[in-house]
Amino acid sequence: MIPAAFEYARASSVEEASKLLKKYGEDAKVLAGGHSLIPLMRLRLAQPKALVDINGIKDLDHIKESGSKLHVGALARHVMIQNSAVVKQNLPILAEVAGEVGDNQVRNMGTIGGVMAHADAAGDYPTIALMLDAEIVTNQRTIAAKDFFKDIFTTPLAPDEIVIEVVFPVANGPHKYIKFRRRLFDWAIVGAAAQKMNGGWRIGLTNVGPTPVRATAVEKALHDGAKPEEAAQHASDGLNPSGDLRASPEYKKHLARVLTKRAIEQAE
Amino acid sequence: MAVTTMIGAKIHRREDPRLVSGEGRYVDDFTRPGTVFLSVVRSPFAHALVKSIDITQATKAPGVVAVYTYKDFAKVLSGTMPVTPSFVAEKKQIPPRFPIAEKEVVYQGEPVAVVLAETKYQASDASNLIDVEYEQLPAVMDLDKALEAKSPKVHSDGPDNLGWDLTYIPDDPAVMKEAEVVIKARILQQRLAPTSMETRGVLAEYSKPDGTMTVWMSSQSPHFVRLFLGGAMGIPENRLRVISPDVGGGFGAKISPYSEDWLVPAAAKLSGRPVKWIESRTESLLTTTHGRGQVFEVEAGAKKDGTLVFIKATQYLDIGAYMGTFAAFQACACLLAGGAYNWKHVAARTVGVLTNKVPTDPYRGAGRPEATHLCERAIDLLAGELKMDPAELRRKNFITTFPHTNHFGLVFDSGAYEKAMDMAMGIAGYEKLRKEQEEGRKKGKYLGIGMSSWIEICGFGPSAATAPATGGIALVESAQVRVFPTGSVAVYVGTHSHGQGHDTTFPQIVADTLGVPYDSIELRHGDTAEGPAFGYGTYGSRSLAVGGMAVHKASKKVVDKARKIAAHLFEAAEEDVAFDQGHFYVKGSPDKRKAFGEVAFASYGAGLPEGMEQGLEAVAYYDPSNFVWPFGTHIAVVEVDTQTGHVDLKRYIAVDDCGNIINPMIVDGQIHGGVAQGISQALYEEIIYDDESGQMRTGTFTDYLVPSANEFPVFELGRTITPSPTNELGVKGIGEAGTIASSIAIINAVCDALSPFGIKHVDMPASPDRIWKLIHDAQAGSNHGKEARK
Ligand SMILES: Cc1cc2nc3c(=O)[nH]c(=O)nc-3n(C[C@H](O)[C@H](O)[C@H](O)COP(=O)(O)OP(=O)(O)OC[C@H]3O[C@@H](n4cnc5c(N)ncnc54)[C@H](O)[C@@H]3O)c2cc1C
Repeated sequence: MIPAAFEYARASSVEEASKLLKKYGEDAKVLAGGHSLIPLMRLRLAQPKALVDINGIKDLDHIKESGSKLHVGALARHVMIQNSAVVKQNLPILAEVAGEVGDNQVRNMGTIGGVMAHADAAGDYPTIALMLDAEIVTNQRTIAAKDFFKDIFTTPLAPDEIVIEVVFPVANGPHKYIKFRRRLFDWAIVGAAAQKMNGGWRIGLTNVGPTPVRATAVEKALHDGAKPEEAAQHASDGLNPSGDLRASPEYKKHLARVLTKRAIEQAE
Repeated sequence: MAVTTMIGAKIHRREDPRLVSGEGRYVDDFTRPGTVFLSVVRSPFAHALVKSIDITQATKAPGVVAVYTYKDFAKVLSGTMPVTPSFVAEKKQIPPRFPIAEKEVVYQGEPVAVVLAETKYQASDASNLIDVEYEQLPAVMDLDKALEAKSPKVHSDGPDNLGWDLTYIPDDPAVMKEAEVVIKARILQQRLAPTSMETRGVLAEYSKPDGTMTVWMSSQSPHFVRLFLGGAMGIPENRLRVISPDVGGGFGAKISPYSEDWLVPAAAKLSGRPVKWIESRTESLLTTTHGRGQVFEVEAGAKKDGTLVFIKATQYLDIGAYMGTFAAFQACACLLAGGAYNWKHVAARTVGVLTNKVPTDPYRGAGRPEATHLCERAIDLLAGELKMDPAELRRKNFITTFPHTNHFGLVFDSGAYEKAMDMAMGIAGYEKLRKEQEEGRKKGKYLGIGMSSWIEICGFGPSAATAPATGGIALVESAQVRVFPTGSVAVYVGTHSHGQGHDTTFPQIVADTLGVPYDSIELRHGDTAEGPAFGYGTYGSRSLAVGGMAVHKASKKVVDKARKIAAHLFEAAEEDVAFDQGHFYVKGSPDKRKAFGEVAFASYGAGLPEGMEQGLEAVAYYDPSNFVWPFGTHIAVVEVDTQTGHVDLKRYIAVDDCGNIINPMIVDGQIHGGVAQGISQALYEEIIYDDESGQMRTGTFTDYLVPSANEFPVFELGRTITPSPTNELGVKGIGEAGTIASSIAIINAVCDALSPFGIKHVDMPASPDRIWKLIHDAQAGSNHGKEARK
């Protein structure tokens, strides 16, 4: 890999990282697992002037439950989330989703904070965060998931703002995430999530638009007593996905309906 | 060899401990003092005029040693890149290709300038500072449109876009009329990127005082590179040394020489510094030759009773912007269009079309997967029309007597096609599968069973056929066997092992022929400064059937001389001396024997037979009398999720016959890899260019889908053994078989699964979006579909 030249600094605390970011200004980037940032730098699609490595910050990879909330530290790697007993007990869908991210290498390195901050339309955690009304806690404020994913690769994070943790509600009822892809280690072509919570359903969709989507029409139909098959027909309501090499817009909308139906039916 | 102990032995590959533990040495592992790094500035456009190149900023950039463009290279390189006749002797045009563009760029990625710098980072940074002014021209991307009279031209000064148009055998209307059932198909062979794990790379060092050039590169055929490069640079072969060390995969894309193979040595000569260039993955997808890239129009007919009458294939081959060295090799698809069957008539025509894309060239199977695909698809389509089981239609029409001369004059050496098919059907449990399929359909479960009875021409090849095809050099093979005084043996071969396991199998042959311990034999290849004067390389499943035979032949020459010495030592007549498992003795008194090693030692001493020279070594060139013809039957079982279009490959059965076997484990390994590669074409891989701009859209592994082991079931292998009468070892090739057989086994299975929807054709890759659309359209358009949906 031959990226453009950059400066590198390793922070040992959030404060230090924030200071470094301020010092380098607009063109600096946080480096977490590097599994989104480095591929972009390799292609020189990203040419940050400086990287502030946060991997040396202690206690940023915590996973704990308190007050019926699940707190997942920004540096928690996918593999930690996948194997965490706390996650499996309090939000099993998140452990399952983590186990489906990329391949072993990606899961060993990639972090939940990185996925959130990167805000790829095909990211898996953002769907779960959005549909469950999670909160993203930074060194400056707390942002509701619905206000966080603004557009593709776009969040309200300021250049010197660092994600500290993601806070999910506890939900251990029936759930299912179906990730449709060509190869086992691929990103989702379309993903559909269903989670039973507080007596109702939460339904989320991955990669059917620039940001994750909460399928409220499906949730409402289910609430009103529709069968999964009927309710799932609403999964594509209001969607306007863009096509790519793997799927046309029409096919994505079709998949949204099929996968939503399957996710609800298979939730356990 | 009366008795074999090593031939046929299932022993581990001796090269693996080194290769899998990271001890292999590839081009990038070599370095020379003072090496500079080369970065290539490439055309971002598929077609444009180069108006000007401003190198001022780049020259001033940190670490930059030199910037070279066409006019610099024109001083040290002459002529054009080589194009062989292959299977089309007469071309309509061969666009002249210099390794770097002068006034016009004709594909995205074509070199325009190079930068040499002290580090690879500096070279890359500086290459971004070169300011090339282009004037874009329309890009020719589509084969049909390229042939239209009003089409823009791939080369603005070219006559048109037609590379060749050759009818091997024209229609025979009288015979074709005999057919009572006729099918037609248009089959797309998408462009594929060979994607070896190790990309290409070149390191070159020029010594001005003695005029010698040494080139380390990742090549399947270093001697051919030496031949061509020597010509271009005016360096005689005795001063040009090409070393192809460990090579991390070739798949056909490292046979032909490339621009960089010229530019890097030329830059070394111009700059006086050793120069290294290592291809990035994106450069590789963009500029390493592609495979396939063809469209076939196929027509076939049969009698109502299932007797095959004719098959007709027209091949449109996407050459790319220049002809690859073996561009027309893929036309061999035409010559094998009839496959394993008796047809009354076979008609074939190949049309080569220039486009503004990177050239195509051989890729594992090269023409033979395409032939198998079109023929096996035609058989299944005919079976569908005839309402016959596809296996029965095959059985009824298989060629059964050998040698068999096909319509194009090619002679199939041996075969037992039905036996292999029966074994495959047995392993699959064919009857039971058909029942399961029928039951499943009632419940909305769509199983598909696909068969591919493949044949292959390989072991290139006899001098009479191959010398005209290369334009002079016959594709024979050379080997040198050297026995040292204390009995250890070094074998030098002209083939090149880059995954095939020669380090293991060739010594197995030598061990048996000389009767010496396997561990005492060392195999060397890939360095043109060692061994025989010329070597021919590894491709076309030729290494064992041609190179292995050269090794065998050279070993026998050594035994012949040793026998003379032994006879002399025994004071016996030569014909009375027997040689068995490494020992000489006079017939009738086997207990008074001399080991091969003792004779080897004696060969370096005094008192040899009258007139005999000292030493025990021999060089052999082996010219086979024919090609060899492996075959087999593969069966794929898939289940299609008709709601999402996803194809689940449930089972894959492969029964292959490659004649006698030197090492079953290596044969199985070759089949595994080949099958995976063919399945990958059927389901995953596809190079995609934007139709308008000519920009490649699959320039990284995120978009160019190479599957992993996760995507495959455990392959179920079987084997029949029908020795080849062509060579003494009775062997055929196996390197490409898996790829040749598998893509159509999958497609036939997918089409079989979708037959209740009235779908008869699925383009590759059979991706879920494509299949969903086919089902969706079929359901929208027919009552038949509605029924199937229930
Ligand atoms: C082959 C492959 C397959 C993949 N498949 C999937 C998949 O299926 N699903 C999926 O969701 N992801 C997938 N990914 C992406 C992977 O999950 C990444 O790890 C993730 O997107 C980014 O996390 P990271 O820790 O690697 O972040 P980095 O790459 O280090 O950073 C990504 C971006 O986030 C910023 N950033 C990182 N951490 C913080 C923080 N704490 N505060 C503020 N900004 C921060 C960085 O500055 C950068 O802009 C895949 C990646 C690869 C290479």
